[in-house]
Amino acid sequence: MSEASAHVQHHAPPTSFIRKHVFSLDHKVIGKQYYALALVAVFIGMVLSWLMRIHLVWPNAPIPGLSLLSRAGAPGGVMTPEYYLSLLTMHGTLMVFFVLTNAPFAAFGNYFLPIQIGAEDMAFPRFNMMSFWTTFLAFCILVTAFFVPDGPPISGWTAYAPLSAVGSDAGPGEGLGQTLWGLSIFVFCIASLLGSLNFIATTLDLRTKGMTLSRMPICTWAWFITSSIALLAFAVLMPACLLLILDRIAGTSFFIPAGLVISDRLQPHSGGSPLLWQHLFWFFGHPEVYVAILPAMGIVSHIMINSMRRPLLSYKVIIYCMMAIGFLSYMVWGHHMFVSGMNPFSALVFSFPTLMITIPATIMTLIWLGSLYGSRLRITAASLFCLGFLSMFVSGGVSGFFLAQPSIDIYLHATYFVVGHFHMVMGVAAIFGVFAGTYFWFPKMTGRMMNESLGKLHFWLTFIGTYCIFMPFHYLGLAGNVRRYSAFVDDFLVPLIPVHRFITFAALFTGAVQLIFIYNLISSRFRGAPAPANPWECTSLEWTMPSPPPFDNFAGKHPVVYHDPYQYGIKSSTGDYLMQDSPEQPGTAPA
Amino acid sequence: MATTIQPLETDHEKQRLRQSNSGGGGFRNLAPVDGNLKAVDDHSTEPARTGIWVGLAAITMSFAAFTSALLVRQSTATDWHHLSIPPIVFFNTLILLASSVTLEIARKRVADFVRDKGVTKQVALTWMGITLGLGLIFVVGQCGAWLKLRAEGLYLATNPNSSFFYVLTAIHALHVLGGLGGLLRVIDKLRQPVLWLRRSTMDATSYYWHFMGILWLYVLMVVWIKL
Repeated sequence: MSEASAHVQHHAPPTSFIRKHVFSLDHKVIGKQYYALALVAVFIGMVLSWLMRIHLVWPNAPIPGLSLLSRAGAPGGVMTPEYYLSLLTMHGTLMVFFVLTNAPFAAFGNYFLPIQIGAEDMAFPRFNMMSFWTTFLAFCILVTAFFVPDGPPISGWTAYAPLSAVGSDAGPGEGLGQTLWGLSIFVFCIASLLGSLNFIATTLDLRTKGMTLSRMPICTWAWFITSSIALLAFAVLMPACLLLILDRIAGTSFFIPAGLVISDRLQPHSGGSPLLWQHLFWFFGHPEVYVAILPAMGIVSHIMINSMRRPLLSYKVIIYCMMAIGFLSYMVWGHHMFVSGMNPFSALVFSFPTLMITIPATIMTLIWLGSLYGSRLRITAASLFCLGFLSMFVSGGVSGFFLAQPSIDIYLHATYFVVGHFHMVMGVAAIFGVFAGTYFWFPKMTGRMMNESLGKLHFWLTFIGTYCIFMPFHYLGLAGNVRRYSAFVDDFLVPLIPVHRFITFAALFTGAVQLIFIYNLISSRFRGAPAPANPWECTSLEWTMPSPPPFDNFAGKHPVVYHDPYQYGIKSSTGDYLMQDSPEQPGTAPA
Repeated sequence: MATTIQPLETDHEKQRLRQSNSGGGGFRNLAPVDGNLKAVDDHSTEPARTGIWVGLAAITMSFAAFTSALLVRQSTATDWHHLSIPPIVFFNTLILLASSVTLEIARKRVADFVRDKGVTKQVALTWMGITLGLGLIFVVGQCGAWLKLRAEGLYLATNPNSSFFYVLTAIHALHVLGGLGGLLRVIDKLRQPVLWLRRSTMDATSYYWHFMGILWLYVLMVVWIKL
């Protein structure tokens, strides 16, 4: 390994437990903290989805213990329709903000972005620590909504005004619960802005010698582009949340129109615009989709290249496509609002860039598939999850073509078709990226190998399970099954209940399968085989250091980078690959 | 192959030297230390400057969101009562703009002091202090403007224009308070016997402060002009 001899900036290794593991400035500890928080959030979110699924198919059956969570929301263990919506809101909020934003972006990005560019830490370690603890505060505020008298809000993760803005007249959870929601998301925005700022400054300024932008691994690029998207998106959601909170507690009328009567009470507001909230929210909301999926794309690309032992068909096109997606993501927010009552011509305007954004996404997919063609893929748990990601991304993405067109979306918008679409393309695909990243980087993060057999079993059961859950959603949507209903008692919906029952069983099964992952995670952490420095024969800089990495990453040295990140399929002294910091000249002709 | 491996220390030292010679801060050892100058080993010079630009981009985006909300609200409203801006606000504007001028003077004085051009540390500190004082006067003046509106019976929720006036000016004032924190940090670093003030810290603080001035002019325009 080649290293220059200079000393780099140090913050001294902490000695106390608190500074080492709790209020740590170390980006690796902060990355793990984000991961742990995402795990807790995903567990809660998943349990909520179970509760909703059980209620949908057995609406009158009491769920043991549920009344302990909310006596008013679930008298005798049977949830009220309103409480169903409360759980729906919390499921969506937890999953989108605290799982899909935290896990692929904040957790892995924090841990590996500085190492992959050869830095000792993030540019602003204190901001980094603040960013995590602010996120944690936001999480605590949100979860508190479960325990306030009226329970969590019922307005969904999108918190549409005026329902979200008028206060407790709008129903259970719309009092303190909704205020807590607004506050939580406001605080979350601050955390995300701090995090994004750090990612951008680190990438631009702390790259080591030789690490040009075009030598950064694709996942580093993905985190960088994501942070740029997140910076601008959360900067818009934050003011929106502030205005929403003011409407709720200070009597302003930003989002509440005049003459609104709710629960037989004329609301003391005038002149506000409910559509304004939707515009502001979705201006954040659509880029947020890419905040979730771009890091997964980067992680998957990085791992696939390693498993194929050859570069992708084009590194540059992948980067340009991610940039194009990032850019276009700001022009498509109105496609969430085709049925909002906005001007139909606006719908047409938003439809066009929405269809355009499928072009870079399709190019990326073709590059992945084309690169896979004829490769001798090393089948590992990580590479299987990469394939799973591709499958989910394509299956979920194709339905996006339909929804991008207003005339079709008007029919499908309020149905399970949309639920199936975004769960597959944004939820499951991103989570598969997180699983792939976990199986791939766990040895580096903990110094121990994960159990591969359990990993593969976990993949296959999860892969089949998620398809069983989300594919039928599309069918339900086409059949006209409305979403956001807590029970299906209408005549035309009753025949669809068996499909729902199947989905509920699949959801319970798939959720239970995740215990395999948790078991693997915990048991490997303590009993896994010791991990060598570079178990996957990977080329990027994180694999040049021992597993787990020392406190100061490169032991006080700056690595020097000589190659692009994907020198695979070549002849070298190490085998069929060359590390980025190896000064060796790559041979020609694959083995 | 064969990229020559250069010890980075040399590069950093050169870079340091360049920066310390190009004005606006830098480092100078005023007291003997143990030969291990943190400022020399510390290569995180640029991130502060990059970070502040990124931060300013986020702030710009936030105010763009507020503006779009204001435009939408104003264009659809039947309840918009345009308020007259309290005169003290214009005085505050002058104060904030003046503080930008004094900050630039302070920056020059700090640079002259670092380069040993016959400027004492006290002079540099005085100009920084004046800037800080003007910033504080601005914030107090804004409070005065809010009290004036209150006396006229215009509260946050009275009408949409007063809502936006309070929200925009309060958010701006909060950002100015952050800038005052930055100025205090620079002053604190200047007062140390060993001067560890990085040029990038000085630069970042001043960029932020000037941006507060520009942002204020923008906010004033937005709440003043009736579309």
